[in-house]
Amino acid sequence: MLEVENLQLRLNGKLIINDLNLHVNKGEIYGILGENGTGKTTLAHLIMGTNNYKPTAGRIIFEGQDIADLSVSQRAKKGISLAWQEPVRIEGLRVGDYLKLSGNNFGIEPVKHCLGMVGLEPAQYLNRDIDNTLSGGERKRIELASLLAMRPKLAILDEPDSGIDIISLPLILNGIVGMSKQGSSVLLITHNEKVAEIAHRVSVLCAGKILMTGAPAETSLWFKNNCRACVHINVPVEEAEKL
Amino acid sequence: MISYSVEKEYQGLVDAYEKAGGDRSALLSKDVAKLVIHQNKVLSADGVTGIKIETKETETGVNIYFLVEEGAKIQRPVHLCFGVLPREGLQEIILKVNAQDNSEVNVIAHCIFPNAVKVIHKMDAEIEIGNKAKFNYKETHYHGDFGGIEVIPRARIKVGKGGVWQSTFTLSQGLVGKLDYDFEVFCQDKGIAELVVKAYGKGHDDIKVWEKIHLNGVGARGLAKTRLVLSDKAKAEVKGETYGNAPYARGHVDCIELVNGTEAVAKAIPIVSVTNEKAKVTHEAAIGSIDKRQVETLMARGLDENEAVDVIVRGLLR
Ligand SMILES: Nc1ncnc2c1ncn2[C@@H]1O[C@H](COP(=O)(O)OP(=O)(O)OP(=O)(O)O)[C@@H](O)[C@H]1O
Ligand SMILES: [Mg+2]
Repeated sequence: MLEVENLQLRLNGKLIINDLNLHVNKGEIYGILGENGTGKTTLAHLIMGTNNYKPTAGRIIFEGQDIADLSVSQRAKKGISLAWQEPVRIEGLRVGDYLKLSGNNFGIEPVKHCLGMVGLEPAQYLNRDIDNTLSGGERKRIELASLLAMRPKLAILDEPDSGIDIISLPLILNGIVGMSKQGSSVLLITHNEKVAEIAHRVSVLCAGKILMTGAPAETSLWFKNNCRACVHINVPVEEAEKL
Repeated sequence: MISYSVEKEYQGLVDAYEKAGGDRSALLSKDVAKLVIHQNKVLSADGVTGIKIETKETETGVNIYFLVEEGAKIQRPVHLCFGVLPREGLQEIILKVNAQDNSEVNVIAHCIFPNAVKVIHKMDAEIEIGNKAKFNYKETHYHGDFGGIEVIPRARIKVGKGGVWQSTFTLSQGLVGKLDYDFEVFCQDKGIAELVVKAYGKGHDDIKVWEKIHLNGVGARGLAKTRLVLSDKAKAEVKGETYGNAPYARGHVDCIELVNGTEAVAKAIPIVSVTNEKAKVTHEAAIGSIDKRQVETLMARGLDENEAVDVIVRGLLR
C-alpha cells in the first residue's frame, strides 16, 4: 500500500535521505530502526508532507498514487496520519475534542476506549487540554490514542515509546499491535530494538540509507552487532570505511 | 415585573441573549438573581436572599448598586444582561459592587449589541471585595458584524485580606469595533486577583487592553492574562502591569497574541515591578503567527488548513 522508491532528500547540500527504498503491506507493522540523527523523523515528514519537506528525488506511492504533491490534509484524507515524536501543545483544545477531530469515530465511547488502550483513565483526561499542563508521557500517550481513534490506513508512529515508562511500555506496544489487527499499516519508527520486535519486518537506517531489512530477531541482532558496536554514529558506510 | 410597554424590548433582548449563548431559563427563574438592562431602561432587577440590586436610570444609562451580604454564599450564578438593540445608542453603566466579608458569588454578564453601527457602551465600576470574599465575574460580548461599536470597560477593584477577584472578559463573536479595557486591582494580604481578557480582532478592529495589579499585601497573588487573535487589519496593544509591593507577593503577566495574516498589528508591553525584596513578579509575552506545527498536527488528522487554524483560534479564546 505504501511504496517508497529511490527517495532522496538533500538539505543545505547534505544528504539526509539517501536513495531509500521500502514497501509496506496492508496491516503490516514495518519497523524503522536507527540511532539518533539517522533520518527517521525526516522520513516521516516526507511521507506525511509536513515541515515543507519535498523529496529532491524519488517517489512516494500510496495506494498506487504518487502523493508527493499532495498537501498534508489531502494525504490525511487518503488515510495517512502521523503521531509525532514531540507532539505539540494546543491551548484550549480538550483531549476529547482532539481525539474526535478526524471524525472517523462516532460518539464518545470509542474515544474513551482509545484513551483506555494507552493507559489513561478517560474520566480524568477527556476534559483536560492538550496544553503544557500534561506531562511529556501523557502527551505522548494521547498522541497515540488520537491515531487509534482515527484508524488511518497508514499510521506513522515516530518513537511512540519515547517518554513512556517501562511498566507501561507493553500496554503501548499492545495498542500498536491492535492497530495493525484492525487493518492499519504501521510505520513504526524507533531506536529501541525491543520495540522493533513487534514489527513484521524491520529496516535498519543509517545516514538516511537502509542498511538491511529482515525479520525482527535477525535485524535486532544485526543492529546490535553492527550499529551499537559502531564507533561512528550516523556516518555513511562508505565514509566510515575510509575513516 | 415587566410592564407591557417594555415587553417587546425585553423579548427582543432575551432572544439576542439566547443567541449569544445566554441561558434564557435563568432569566425567567425566580431563584436566580438577575439584572436586564436595555440602553438606559431597567427591564428587570431581581435579587435573591443575600443579594441586593438597586438601580437608577439616568439619561444615558443606569447606575447600579450591587450588594452581596456578609457571609452569603450564592448558589446559582447571578445573570446580568446589558444590551443595545438599535443601530445607534449610548449606554453608560455606573456600577458599584460591595461584596462583604466571607461572601461568595459567581456573576455571568452578557453584553449584546447585535446591530451596532454607532453604539457606545461604557462601564465604570468601583468594586470592593471584602475579607475572604470570593467574586467571580465572567463577561461575554456579542457584537454584530458591522463593527460600529465602542466598548469602554473600566474597573477599580479592591480585594480585602484573603479575598478573591477573578474576571474573564471575552469578545470573540462578531466584530470588536473599538475596545478600550482598563482594569486595576489592589490586593491586600493574601488577596488574589486574576484578570483574563480574550478577544478576536478582525476587519479594522482596534483593541486596547490595560491590566494593572498592585500586590500590596503580604502573600498577595496576581495573574494578568491576555489571549488575542488578530486577523485582517486589526490592531491591538496590551499593557500588563504588575507591582509586587509586599513580602511574598507573587505576580505573573501572561500574554499571547496570535497574528493571522500580514496586515494585523500586535503590541505587548509588560511592566513588572517589585518594591519589596521578598516579592516576585514574572512575565511572558508571545506575539507571532500561528504555530505551523500545530496547524500540521491538525491537518494530519484530516482538517483543511483553515479548519485547523479555526480550531487553534477557538482553543486559545475558549
Ligand atoms: N535543515 C537541516 N540542514 C541540515 N541538516 C539537517 C537539517 N534538518 C535536519 N538535519 C539533519 O538531518 C538528520 C536527520 O534528522 P532526523 O530528525 O530525521 O533524525 P532522527 O533519526 O529522527 O533522529 P532522533 O533519533 O534524534 O529523533 C540529522 O543529522 C539532522 O541533524
Ligand atoms: Mg526523530
